[in-house]
Amino acid sequence: MQIGLDIGSTTIKIAVLDDAGTLQFAKYERHYSQIAEKMQQLLAELHLKMPLLKTAHMAVSGSAGIGIAESCGLQFVQEVFAEKVCTERLNPGTEAVIELGGEDAKLLFLGRHFDARMNDSCAGGTGAFIDQMASLLSVATEDMNALAQQASTRYTIASRCGVFAKSDIQPLLNQGAAKTDLAASIFDAVASQAVTGLAKGRPITGKVLYLGGPLTFMSELRRSFDKILKIEGHCPENSLYYVAMGAAFCAENKVDLTELPARLAAVGAQHDFDHLDPLFASQAEYDEFMERHDSERIEHGDISAAAEAYIGIDAGSTTIKIAVISPSGQLLDSFYQSNKGNPVIAIKEYLQDFYIKYPHCRILGSAVTGYGEDLIRNGFSADYGIVETMAHFIAARQLQPDVDFILDIGGQDIKCLKIHNGCIDNIFLNEACSSGCGSFLQTFAEILGYSAEEFARIGLFADKPVNLGSRCTVFMNSSVKQAQKDGASVANISAGLSLSIVKNALYKVIRPGSKESIGKHIVVQGGTFLNDCVLRAFEKEMGLTVVRPNIAGLMGAYGAALYARSRQQETGHVSTLADAAALSDFFHEVKAVTCGLCSNHCHLTVNTFASGKRFISGNRCERPVTHCAPDDTFNLYRQKLQLLEALKGVPGKRGRIGLPLGLNMYELLPFWHAFFTRLGFEVITSPVYDKTIYQKGQNTIPSDTVCYPAKLMHGHIKWLLEHDITTIFYPCMTYNVDENSAENCYNCPVVAYYPEVLHANMHDLDNATYIFDYLGLSNKKVLLKKLQQICREHFPDIGSSELKAALQEAYAAYNKFEAQVKELGQNIINTARSQHKPIVVLAGRPYHIDPKVNHSIDRLITTMGAALVSEDAVSSHISMQELNDDLQVLNQWTYHSRLYAAAKYVSQCDGMYMVHLVSFGCGCDAITADECRRILEEHGQIYTQIKIDDIDNLGAAKIRLRSLFAAAGLES
Amino acid sequence: MQETYPIFTKEMKKTHTILIPGMLPLHFTLLRAALRSCGYKAEVLQNTDRSVIETGLKYVNNDICYPALLVIGQFINALESGKYDPDKVALIITQTGGGCRASNYIYLLRKGLAQAGFNNVPVISLNVSGMEDQPGFDLSATMLRRFLAAVVYGDALMYLINKTRPYEAVQGAADELAQSWLSRLDGFFQSGKAHALSSIQKLSTAITRDFADLPVNTRKKIKVGIVGEIYIKYAALGNNNLEKFLQKQNCEYMVPGLLNFIMYCADTYLTDYKLYGGSLLKYGTTKAAFWYLERLEKVLRKALSTPPFTAPASYAETKAMAKGVIGYGNNMGEGWLLTAEMLELAKNGYNNIICAQPFGCLPNHIAGRGMINRIKELVEDANILPIDYDASASKVNQENRIKLMLATAQS
Repeated sequence: MQIGLDIGSTTIKIAVLDDAGTLQFAKYERHYSQIAEKMQQLLAELHLKMPLLKTAHMAVSGSAGIGIAESCGLQFVQEVFAEKVCTERLNPGTEAVIELGGEDAKLLFLGRHFDARMNDSCAGGTGAFIDQMASLLSVATEDMNALAQQASTRYTIASRCGVFAKSDIQPLLNQGAAKTDLAASIFDAVASQAVTGLAKGRPITGKVLYLGGPLTFMSELRRSFDKILKIEGHCPENSLYYVAMGAAFCAENKVDLTELPARLAAVGAQHDFDHLDPLFASQAEYDEFMERHDSERIEHGDISAAAEAYIGIDAGSTTIKIAVISPSGQLLDSFYQSNKGNPVIAIKEYLQDFYIKYPHCRILGSAVTGYGEDLIRNGFSADYGIVETMAHFIAARQLQPDVDFILDIGGQDIKCLKIHNGCIDNIFLNEACSSGCGSFLQTFAEILGYSAEEFARIGLFADKPVNLGSRCTVFMNSSVKQAQKDGASVANISAGLSLSIVKNALYKVIRPGSKESIGKHIVVQGGTFLNDCVLRAFEKEMGLTVVRPNIAGLMGAYGAALYARSRQQETGHVSTLADAAALSDFFHEVKAVTCGLCSNHCHLTVNTFASGKRFISGNRCERPVTHCAPDDTFNLYRQKLQLLEALKGVPGKRGRIGLPLGLNMYELLPFWHAFFTRLGFEVITSPVYDKTIYQKGQNTIPSDTVCYPAKLMHGHIKWLLEHDITTIFYPCMTYNVDENSAENCYNCPVVAYYPEVLHANMHDLDNATYIFDYLGLSNKKVLLKKLQQICREHFPDIGSSELKAALQEAYAAYNKFEAQVKELGQNIINTARSQHKPIVVLAGRPYHIDPKVNHSIDRLITTMGAALVSEDAVSSHISMQELNDDLQVLNQWTYHSRLYAAAKYVSQCDGMYMVHLVSFGCGCDAITADECRRILEEHGQIYTQIKIDDIDNLGAAKIRLRSLFAAAGLES
Repeated sequence: MQETYPIFTKEMKKTHTILIPGMLPLHFTLLRAALRSCGYKAEVLQNTDRSVIETGLKYVNNDICYPALLVIGQFINALESGKYDPDKVALIITQTGGGCRASNYIYLLRKGLAQAGFNNVPVISLNVSGMEDQPGFDLSATMLRRFLAAVVYGDALMYLINKTRPYEAVQGAADELAQSWLSRLDGFFQSGKAHALSSIQKLSTAITRDFADLPVNTRKKIKVGIVGEIYIKYAALGNNNLEKFLQKQNCEYMVPGLLNFIMYCADTYLTDYKLYGGSLLKYGTTKAAFWYLERLEKVLRKALSTPPFTAPASYAETKAMAKGVIGYGNNMGEGWLLTAEMLELAKNGYNNIICAQPFGCLPNHIAGRGMINRIKELVEDANILPIDYDASASKVNQENRIKLMLATAQS
C-alpha cells in the first residue's frame, strides 16, 4: 500500500492506494492547526478500515506538512510536484492544472514546457479569500455557489488582495447591491486574479483540470474560470485528493504504521515560534492598569426620567452606533449593531422602538456621521451631518478637555487626530493596507470559537505573544496559521494580534517621531480599544498612559449627539427628525443603476423614500443629481486633459504612429505629438476614457505589485495594436526633463524602463515596429544624434534637417504646453482667491490626471467647493535654492522635485491645501510622502494623502477630504 | 541641502569607531581590514536577530524597501544596545547616486537617527561621485585600491567556498579554511602587502590552491543560482538565511560576485555618457577606473582557473548575454546586470535560479520579474523563482516555493 497525506493550510487529506494505484481509502478534514492530532486520528480510522495493514510506503505533502515531515522523519513531497505526478498518471494529456487551496493558488503547465507557479505573497484569489468575502456578505461559504447561480449583473471587484476587495465590496453592500450579484462578482474576481496572476501572459489552452476544494465544491466558480479562459475545464473524480494521491505515488519510504502514532504524539506541538514580551509582567501591573482605566467613564443617566434628549447616529461601514444623551451630556441610551448590509432598516427599527418605549422623551436635535451620513440624513430628515473625525474630537474633548491626541481604531478604519489649541491640527487616516484591522480581530476570535471579550481576556496573560508582523491583515492571517502549526496557544495568538494591530496603527498610520511627539493627553477610542489587550499593547509599545472612555465604541455617535446639542442650543432649531408618524409609513426602496451620463459609468444606488425624496449614492459628480454637466471651471486636471485631447492626429505622408497615453507620455505627449506631426506622421494616441483598457492587457503583466499606472500600459499597447497601429513609439528614459530644480533629473525606475517590460512580455508587439530606444531630452545634440540613428533604422527617408526642424517644434510645443498649464493654473488660483474659495493642490505625477488612475477624485474635490490645480502649476514658484535649502532628502527625481516645491509653496499660502495622490506600490512615495508631510507640518499645514490603485471606491478619499476641510475650518 | 547633521571630522578618525552594516560576511570582514590598514577603527555589525527588524519598522517608513529598513534597523539597534558609546562611533553606508531609492538611504538613516535620539552620530557616505562633505573620510586612490582588493579576495573566497562546501569530505573544512585565510589576509592588509596587483595575484592563487587541496567526495547536488537585489541576495538577515536553507536541501549554489556589480556601476556612467551626454572628464576618469577593474578581474579569474576550478564568466561575457534581451541603458538598481546574470547562470548549468528581491522593489519589476518570461523563452529549462522578502512575509511560504523549484529541478 502507498499512503499520501496532504496537509494544507486548513485541511488534511489522506489517500491510500493499493499496489495497482487504485484509491482504497480517502478522507479529508479541517485540521484547525492541530496537525499531529488529526494525523493520528486519520491513521486510527485507517486502522479500523484496514486492520491488517502494518507497514506502508508513506509521504507527506502540503505547506503545513513540511514541519511535521521533518520532525517525524517522513518523506516530504512538494504539493505542486505531487499534483503533477498524479495528473500525469490519472489524466495523461492534460495541458494545464489550476488548483485553488486555502492560502495558495497554483497553476501547472504540463507537457514539454513544464512550468509550475504559485501565487505571490500579496495575491488574493484563494479559498481563504472566498471565506473572507463570504463572511463579509454574512453568508456561509457553502452558500456562495447557490447565490452566484442567481446573479443578474456583475461588478468589477479588485481581486489582488482580500483587503482591497473588501474596500470595493463594502460600499457596494452599503449601497444596496444584491448578494447574489456580489457572490458571482467575487467568483469572477477570483478567476481573473488566478489567471492573470499566475499565467502572466502564458496562454492556458487544451485540456485543463480544476483541482482543490473551492473548485471542487463550487460549480459557479468553475464557470467563472471557463468564461475567462474561454475553454471548458474539467473537474476530475477525486479532485480533492490529487496532492495526497501524488504523494502516495511518490512514497518511497516504508513506515511502520503501528509505531507512527507514538512518534506523532511525541512531536505534538513544538512551542517554537517568534514571540514578543508578555503584555503584563505581573499581577500588580495588571491591577494598576485595570484600576486606572475603570475610572474613565462618561456618566450614564436614567432615560425613563428624561424628558428631552439629543440623538447621535454613527452609520459606519459595517456597524451602526447610536447614542442618546440628555441636555446635560449624560448618556441615556445606546445601540451598537452590525448594519447587516442595510443601515436604513436598523435605524428605523431603533427609532420606532425608542418612540414606543419612551413616549415622554422629546428629541430636540439629531446628527449623523459616518459613511452613511448622507443616506441616513436624507432618509430620516436628521438635523445635522458631521464628518467622523470632528465627531470623534468633540466626544473626546468632553471626557478629557485638554486632549491633544486622539487615536480611534474602529472595525475598518484607523483615525488619528492631533489637537492644538482646541483645534484639529493634524489628521492621519489609514490607507487600504491598514484597513480592517479591528474587524479582523473580531473575525479571528469567532473563527477560533470565542467571543471578542473572551478572546481579549485570555490574551492578557499570554506568556509569549506571537510576532505576527504588521503589514496587513492578509499577511497576519498567514502568520497566525504558521504560528498555530508551531504550537502557539490561543492566548498567545490573541495577544500577538493585538500587538500587530497596534504596530500597524503606530508605524504605518501615525508614524510618530517619538513618544513625546504624540502628546500628553491621549484619548484612545473605537470599538477595537474595548479589547484590553489592544489598549495595553498600545501603552506598552509607546511607553505612555492613555485614557480610554468606557464607551470607546460609541464615541462617534456620542460626539454627533453633542454636536446636535450645541448646534440646536445655538440656533434654537426645531428638530426635523422623522417622528413616529413619519416612520409608520416609512418606505425605502433601493435600486442599483449604472449612470450613463459620462464615461465613468458609476454604479449608482438610487434610494427612494416615502416622502418621494430620492437619494443617489455612488456618484462621483453632481451630474446624476442635478443633470448638469460637471463644471470644470476650477479644475485644472480636466483642463490639462482637454489640452492633451486637443492634440489630434493629422493624416500625413508617413502613415500612422501610435503613442500609448500613460505614465510619462502624459507629460511628453505635446513634445512627441509635435515632433511626429511635423515629420508627417498621423499621431494616434490611446484613449483617456476607456474603462476596458486595464482588462485588455491584464494577462501580460509580469509583476503583480507594480503600480497601477504601469499596469495600464499593457492595455494601451493592446488598444493601439487592436486599432491596426503597426508602429508604436514609447522610448525608455532614464532621465526626465531637467528643470534645474534638483540635483539630478531621474525618472523612477518604472517610468524609466517600462517600455522594456512591454517588449519582453507582450508577444503581440513582435509583429509591430516597436521603437523603445533609450533617449533623453536634456541634451539636444545627443538627442538629435540618437533620433538620427533611430530614423536610419526605421525611417531612412527622414533627413537631418527635417529632424532638426521637427525637434525644434517639439521643444516649442512642450514649452508652450507647460506655459499653458501654468497660466490656466494661475487663472484658477486668482479667480478662486478673489471668490475666497479654498484651493487644493492635488499633487501627484503627470499621469495622475488620468481619470482611470485617479478615479475622478478631482471632480469630487471641486464638487466639495474647492478649486483644484496640479503640482506642476505651482512648483515653479519655488526656486531651486529655496527648495534645496530646506530639503532633508536627496532631490533627484524631476516629478518628486515638483512635489516638494508644491508642498513648499502651499505651506506659504493661506487658503491653499495640498492633497498628495500616491499610487500603491510606488516605492518612491515612501520617501516623498514623509518629506512633503514634514514640509507642510513644519508650517502648520495638514498633510493629506490619498492612495489609489484599482480600488474604485471613493469613500475613504471623501472622509479624508472632508476631514481636511473640517480641520481647516471650511466645513461647519 | 541644509547641513545640520554631524560631519565626520579629521579628529574623529582617531576617536571614532566606524560601524559597518552586515551584508557579505567575508567581504565586509576584509573591508574592515582595509579600513583599519588606512588608520580607521572599524567594526562590522553582528546583530541580526528579530529586534533589528522591529527597530527598522519603528524608525523607517514601512513602505520603504526592506534593505533600507534592515540596514537602518541594524544601526539603530546596535546604538540602542548600549554596546557602543554613541559619542565615539560613526556609521558608514554606501550611496550609488543612481535613480533607485537606494541613493536616499543615507537621508532616511539620518532621519531615523534623529528620531531615536542619536543626532550626534556622524554618517559617512561611501561613494565615488563626491556626494556629501566628510573631511575625515577622504576616499583616496590608495584607500580605494585597498577596498577593491578586499572585494577581490571576498569574491574569491565566496566562490571557492560555494564550490567546495557541498562536496567537502570533512564537514566544516571549507569554512574553516576561509576563516584562517581571513585572518591571514588581515595581516597582509595591515602590513600593506595585500592590495598591489601582484600581491592579489599571488595571494588569491594561494587561496585557490588551498581550496583545491581540500579533500572532496562526489555527491549529486542540485545546482542553484542566487541573484536579485544586492542586499537581499547577499545578506542572510535579508533573505531569511537562504543559503543555510539551500545547504540543507542538498544544493550547490552560486552567487555572482561583488566585483561584477562594481564594474557594472562604473560601466553605467560610460553607457549613459554615450546615450545622453555628460562630463567628458568624468567619462575619462571612469574609463580609467574601469580599466583598473578589468585588470583586477583578470587577476581574479586567472587565480580561480587553478584546477579543478574554472573561473566564472567574466563581466564582458555576462554583459554580452543581455544583448537583445534588455537595453544597457537600463541601469537603475541592478538593471540589466540582473537579467544578464540570470541568463549566464541558466546557460552555464545553474538553470534553477532564485531571484531574491525586496517586496515591491522598483528596478526588479523591470529587470527581474519583468524579464523572466523572456529568459524562459531563450533558455528552455530555465527554472526561475522570484521571491519577495519583507518584514511580514511568511518564511514557510517562501521555503515551500523553493521546494517546488527544487522538485521541478529534479523531475
